[in-house]
Amino acid sequence: MTGTETTTAATTEAKTEAKTEAKTEATKGATAEAAGANRAQRALAVPDLSLVVLIGATGSGKSTFAARHFKPTEIISSDFCRGLVSDDENDQSVSRDAFDVLHYIAGKRLAAGRLTVVDATSVQAESRKQLVRLAREYDVLPVAIVLDMPEEVCAARNAARPDRAGLPRHVIQRHQRELRRSLRHLEREGFRKVHILRGVEQAEAAEITLERRYNDLRHLTGPFDIVGDIHGCRSELETLLGKLGYAVERDGAGRPVDAAHPDGRTAVFVGDLVDRGPDSPGVLRLVMGMVAAGHALCVPGNHENKLGRYLKGRKVQHTHGLAETVEQLEKEDDTFVAEVRAFIDSLVSHYVLDGGGLVVCHAGLPEKYHGRTSGRVRSHALYGDTTGETDEFGLPVRYPWAEDYRGRAAVVYGHTPVPNTSWINNTICLDTGAVFGGKMSALRWPERELVDVPAERVWYEPARPLSTEAPGGADGRPLDLADVAGRRTVETRHLGRIAVKEENAAAALEVMSRFAIDPRLLAYLPPTMAPCATSKEDGYLEHPAEAFAGYRADGVRHVVCEEKHMGSRAVVLLCRDQDVARERFGAADGLTGAVHTRTGRPFFDDPERTEAVLARLRAAVDAAGLWEELATGWLLFDAELMPWSLKSGGLLRNQYAAVGAASRAVFPGVLSALESAAARGVDVSGLLGLQRERAADAAAFTEAYRRYCWPVESLADVRLAPFQILAAEGRSLAAVPHDEQLAWLDRLVDADRGEQGGGLLTRTRRLVVDTEDEASVAEGVRWWLDLTAAGGEGMVVKPLQAYVRREDGRLTQPGVKCRGREYLRIVYGPEYTRPENLDRLRVRHLGHKRSLALREYALGLEALDRIADGEPLWRVHEAVFAVLALESEPVDPRL
Amino acid sequence: MAHVFLTITTTGSPERPASDLGYLLHKHPDNAQRFSTSYGTAHVLYPEATAERCTAALLLEVDAVALVRRGRGKGRGGAPDSALAQYVNDRPYAASSLLSVAIGSVFSSALKAQCRARPELPGRPMPLRIEVPALPARGAEDLVPRLFEPLGWAVTAEPVALDERFPEWGDSRYVRLVLEGEQRLADALRQLYVLLPVLDGAKHYWVAPDEVDKLLRSGEGWLENHPEQRLITSRYLARRDRLTRDALERLELARLAEADGSELEELDNAVDEESDTEEKPVPLAVQRREAFLGELRAAKAARVLDLGCGQGQLVAALLKEAQFTEIVGVDVSMRALKAAARRLRLERMSERQAARVRLLQGSLAYTDSRLKGYDAAVLSEVIEHVDPPRLPALEYAVFGAARPGTVLVSTPNVEYNVRWETLPAGHVRHGDHRFEWTRAEFRAWAEGVAERHGYAVEFRPVGPDDPEVGPPTQLAVFTMDARDGNTRDGNARQGNARQGNARDKSAQGDTTRNETEKEGKAA
Repeated sequence: MTGTETTTAATTEAKTEAKTEAKTEATKGATAEAAGANRAQRALAVPDLSLVVLIGATGSGKSTFAARHFKPTEIISSDFCRGLVSDDENDQSVSRDAFDVLHYIAGKRLAAGRLTVVDATSVQAESRKQLVRLAREYDVLPVAIVLDMPEEVCAARNAARPDRAGLPRHVIQRHQRELRRSLRHLEREGFRKVHILRGVEQAEAAEITLERRYNDLRHLTGPFDIVGDIHGCRSELETLLGKLGYAVERDGAGRPVDAAHPDGRTAVFVGDLVDRGPDSPGVLRLVMGMVAAGHALCVPGNHENKLGRYLKGRKVQHTHGLAETVEQLEKEDDTFVAEVRAFIDSLVSHYVLDGGGLVVCHAGLPEKYHGRTSGRVRSHALYGDTTGETDEFGLPVRYPWAEDYRGRAAVVYGHTPVPNTSWINNTICLDTGAVFGGKMSALRWPERELVDVPAERVWYEPARPLSTEAPGGADGRPLDLADVAGRRTVETRHLGRIAVKEENAAAALEVMSRFAIDPRLLAYLPPTMAPCATSKEDGYLEHPAEAFAGYRADGVRHVVCEEKHMGSRAVVLLCRDQDVARERFGAADGLTGAVHTRTGRPFFDDPERTEAVLARLRAAVDAAGLWEELATGWLLFDAELMPWSLKSGGLLRNQYAAVGAASRAVFPGVLSALESAAARGVDVSGLLGLQRERAADAAAFTEAYRRYCWPVESLADVRLAPFQILAAEGRSLAAVPHDEQLAWLDRLVDADRGEQGGGLLTRTRRLVVDTEDEASVAEGVRWWLDLTAAGGEGMVVKPLQAYVRREDGRLTQPGVKCRGREYLRIVYGPEYTRPENLDRLRVRHLGHKRSLALREYALGLEALDRIADGEPLWRVHEAVFAVLALESEPVDPRL
Repeated sequence: MAHVFLTITTTGSPERPASDLGYLLHKHPDNAQRFSTSYGTAHVLYPEATAERCTAALLLEVDAVALVRRGRGKGRGGAPDSALAQYVNDRPYAASSLLSVAIGSVFSSALKAQCRARPELPGRPMPLRIEVPALPARGAEDLVPRLFEPLGWAVTAEPVALDERFPEWGDSRYVRLVLEGEQRLADALRQLYVLLPVLDGAKHYWVAPDEVDKLLRSGEGWLENHPEQRLITSRYLARRDRLTRDALERLELARLAEADGSELEELDNAVDEESDTEEKPVPLAVQRREAFLGELRAAKAARVLDLGCGQGQLVAALLKEAQFTEIVGVDVSMRALKAAARRLRLERMSERQAARVRLLQGSLAYTDSRLKGYDAAVLSEVIEHVDPPRLPALEYAVFGAARPGTVLVSTPNVEYNVRWETLPAGHVRHGDHRFEWTRAEFRAWAEGVAERHGYAVEFRPVGPDDPEVGPPTQLAVFTMDARDGNTRDGNARQGNARQGNARDKSAQGDTTRNETEKEGKAA
């Protein structure tokens, strides 16, 4: 042999279909090699993600070669690893441990998707076997570069190195013998490319060319229109492409052969173009034309794969709709069939697009396989993962891989027919069963808009009903601990990924499991709310001027001040009747909704009282006509339930009343002792005055908590103040402006008054303030002063538009609370208003509370969006649970 | 907030003037004196000081803000490290410890019975009347006389009403304490120094490292022969670890309670440290454990789940038998799991033993893949802690998803409650019981579960089987139908319980059946 030898594993026919892709790429690689073979500089092709194994005797110049062609961090040398474990790079006795370290580091790099070069002699088959296995484990291609140097050269180089000068000659000779024995077997060992450099000259002339992997189309940014499973539904495909804005081109026979988008968009097909449907050749002709013209990309589905095997003459079962395709293809000429065969042969299992933000494949792909190349990856991309079981229809049970997916890239796939598409963990299945009479769906990227067209008819009877087995089906599955436990991140539409710490999840698990209502009825938990910035106003810790100024600074012009009701937060799920409750929420018999606290506990111990409250609210909704107006059978309310003592009686008695009781027991004695001492002429004047003030503070404290207490004998003593309708069927209402919200709610309150025995519902007093208008701001301040002077708790200031982003795109607080001066005695203690106390209390840090409030807000919105989208229970529960978990984060509880 | 107030009154005669109290206390009756302590300012003054009658008043003004801010900076956002630090310090029960501290620092000479000016005075008993107008004595009202009467005091302890506006609220945890008797002042002060915090039970907050020495010093001469000596010693000393431990374990839950407007005790009640979850006198719990062990032995179970393991009593018993090679205790309460780990001494266990046991936080409201494939599961007194609407989820998690070969479920028999003398009629046995079933109700539920999930069920009495009302505990033994096998495992992730069931019925393949039978024989 002369010149640089480059061989590939392409010479032998791939034994399994799974190898097709690797084979294809290797073939292409070989062509490039051949072209460069005669140049003086030898270009050695290396896939940009691969495990490069240098093979050569000691002294053959591997380290020098590696250093010349690769980054220092890409190279892991066995000598270096020997040094790591033994402080001596030449200590052969630690080889075993050194290679453990080497394999470990290489594994970490490959897992991270980094090209890795192993600099060890690797002249023995056994050592190479481990490296090939490692490459397979991480689904990258192993590449061998052999440095076959004359013995003299190796010996001279070793002699020049003081630490190797004493190396016996026979070691080099042994290495060379082993190397020569190995050369012929390298491809069979699994190396996908083998480059052999003979002699110093070749080694020095060699250059490395990094090749992009065939699935790596990160440089393409689209925009894309990703089309789900087609299954021979050519007519629907044409309609869909038309709806997406593509102009379809036809050949002389009127058959569609291409389609182009005027804005230069690219269609991406997720595979399963063929089988079952009426015109698989027509679909192929159109898609092949688009791909050839550069108007489309296509990944193979399992049905193409099987068709490809059939066309190559393999024996395959003509089941699952292949028979129809075969029959249809028989009417086509041989040229077309040959083109189909070549087309299918050329398909790459999956594509990584748009800077790595988008992965398209047929059956879904976990993140660790993105951009990787192996039979396993191909098989996974085409067939997906199964649990190994079959269901009652004889079909394999698919493993819900999307539930585990946490990757950065959006994965768009098909394969599993679902009635409706929905995003799950940044993945979406576009197979909406067009051939089974469902619809054909496409996703616009990066817009993330869904476009679909209905099937013209049922073209093929499904083996199993178009059910909800895939993740995202409305029925889903029972809640699993893995949905909530441990450290997790929840993907939200409005604030990205939100982390939940393990200890917080643990606490939430306890409360959710032991005390919460049935999770199916627990659609939402309210977020915590930050107070306004701390006021410097004399005698005040919180003052509305700060709230208005804060929103003005955020660019929010109109805010609504809503009175803060003096009760406990309550979330009310109200269904129109028991049927809705059962069908939509799986409620047990006799339940038509739920009334629960901020942590999901039932508000009333007695279910009958819950139903009584629901019945009254339902009557109001009936009378106000909101069911029809919002086209819904259920409503979710955010509300305040009064009195506070109803829910928090224990807390009021043991925490607040006890302080009052102690002060009332102590102060008379203290004051009389001081007065007696003063009468005796002891100078206690300062102390006496101070104690009188404190006694007054304590009395004010007692008054403050007493306002929250009244005995509840029956429902007539309970008040419910709804202040927001959170969601209705198919729709989150969280972004509806508050004036519209309050108008709905006022109608409910009025309707409730009109009913006999009404008066459960309480109106929320409010005032709209223009933060740019001084007079309006002053009016807002006065309103708050009056409200709190009359014993009110305070107010909540919210952007009138409810959901507002600042100019820089960040979410604004959905509301800030501004608590009354007297009410704050309950929070900061009876004497907090004393100047020396206020000065110290003003040093309070709102940052964490505000961040927590926003995160919980985003999770709450997420839960509402998910329930509105009809997502499965576990998805809704994930967001609801995360709110509860965040509530156990450490934050100053007085804020 | 916390104003701590104490008066000491003595009476006298011209020969032995009452105003000698000033000498004993080292505080002149004609001055009001102030002392800074770390928690605020203490004042000593005399409302009256005549030869006939002299009263010294100790007033401690606690600086609530400083108390709260003490913990600053450790938590995020400059918040005190914990909600609890604030939460608890805000409560005036800290008063008794603070009073104790104040007595120790303001009256230190009197406490040591030293009086340089009048050395004969400290040795003399004198008529004393000590009044503490608001003494925290949560749940220990009856303890007040037991503590002070043996020391020779006439004790008056009047409960203080929580709020006269709301008489239905009843009394606060405070009592107005008056002690009268002929005592040496130093003894009286030392008794107060020790007993005030003891009365406050486990809620003591302030602790110093040399507590034992202090207790020995202050208890000299009166504690040795006090009939409640053990209680006093344990309550005075035990609180230290308990409190620091509690504070660490309960923070997250404390915050959730705070968010809910509930008291921590309402949420964090999984571990009852006082009663140690054992009934007395003949512990039914022991009989239950024996019953479980018997059934598990008979089932030849090797790998066993204790679902709702609590403080690990059953896990400990299982560890003693070599038959049980893998024992997994699962509880939803982290606090219970920590208690269990302590009880089992997991950290000191030999590796071989430790390898047999694991404690996991888990919840039967959720399916849990970690619980699949065990020989047996025990749900000892668990189901009655679950709200009835959520029982189907538990049923599915255990019988539909985890599917152990044998499941033992015990629960109280409510019919037997009439035989408990101490249990008021109509009451459940534990505050957290969401229901207690009759034998018929339990049987109906268990037979339904067995039917729905392919188990056979038998019932056993635990404890004396009363001819009329049955046993105190009822036990159901579920055994998986051999031919039902594991076909359902795969369905655990799909559909709800109902769907899962429907599928099982149709999906039992012959192969699976055979395999299961083989497994059955192997076991």
